[in-house]
Amino acid sequence: MATVFERVRKIVVEQLGVEEDEVVPSASFVDDLNADSLDLVELIMSLEEEFANDVNGLEISDEDAEKIVTVQDAVDYLKDHGVEDK
Amino acid sequence: MGKLDGKTALIFGVANDKSIAWGIAQAFHREGAKLAFSYAAENLEKRVRPLAESVGADFIELCDVTKDEDIERVFAAAQERLGTIDVLVHAIAFANREDLAGRFIDTSREGFLLAHNVSVYSLVALARAARPLMPNGGSIITLTYYGSQKVAPKYNVMGVAKAALEATVRYLAWDLGPEGIRVNAISAGPIRTLAASGISGFRDYLKAFADIAPLHRNVTIEQVGEAAVFLGSEMSSGTTGDILYVDSGYNIMGLVAEERG
Repeated sequence: MATVFERVRKIVVEQLGVEEDEVVPSASFVDDLNADSLDLVELIMSLEEEFANDVNGLEISDEDAEKIVTVQDAVDYLKDHGVEDK
Repeated sequence: MGKLDGKTALIFGVANDKSIAWGIAQAFHREGAKLAFSYAAENLEKRVRPLAESVGADFIELCDVTKDEDIERVFAAAQERLGTIDVLVHAIAFANREDLAGRFIDTSREGFLLAHNVSVYSLVALARAARPLMPNGGSIITLTYYGSQKVAPKYNVMGVAKAALEATVRYLAWDLGPEGIRVNAISAGPIRTLAASGISGFRDYLKAFADIAPLHRNVTIEQVGEAAVFLGSEMSSGTTGDILYVDSGYNIMGLVAEERG
């Protein structure tokens, strides 16, 4: 059982190679976690894969992806689209 | 017995583990090929190096294919460290993001030339550089897409570049045939790679594709890898200048069926 935040954190740790305690809700992927543009694309793809079974065919459009700046933004986006803590 | 035992393959175009070139690399590795890699930009090294090392490769070189000196350097290093090569994989394409949206007619001269330089001329340049390393013949494989033959809205300048790439395959096949070097392309269905993320509306594309294709599913990098084993090995010794479709059969369709009756 894991919350949406915990699952997002796990992906961010794997994708960006950062420590778990750096991945706080307010952390900006680019400014705090040193993601480059390719990292961001990969991150969005990984989020879609991870949460595809929670929300059938979850797709984060390019437009929405641009608005996901912080860890909290990602969690909010997922929850707004029907992903629940479990 | 692997189908590529004793062969060395130099692979251009791995960006991450979603890359089509990585699907090819894994299949080649399984079939016993010795692998070497070249990547396109510095920010890719941290992605490519661990993958390359996981298949026992230590030849991992940066190459900007728009620079002749980069190509020279990589092939000089290949000659020194690999000796000869048997297979060259060219999985390289680029267009500006703004040229992969909207209308083709709006493509700038600069954007058009950039797409053709990176995606098409690079095959000519790499084939020319690889030739001296293939004294006993070899196989050159590139990746194309059906947007070269028919209009795929938003694929735009890349569709035109892929048409040029497919013609390039045929002309190179003619030139290199007498030396036993075969040149072929795999025309893969849409696959969600890092590169494809630049194509506007790509996900709608994937869905429509699976609906229409006879096999009703999308194509995987593993399936492209299997086709590349065929083209890279003696199994395809009678084939050159060809475009091999790995597309769930999409290209045979004329009308879109509402439902199977």
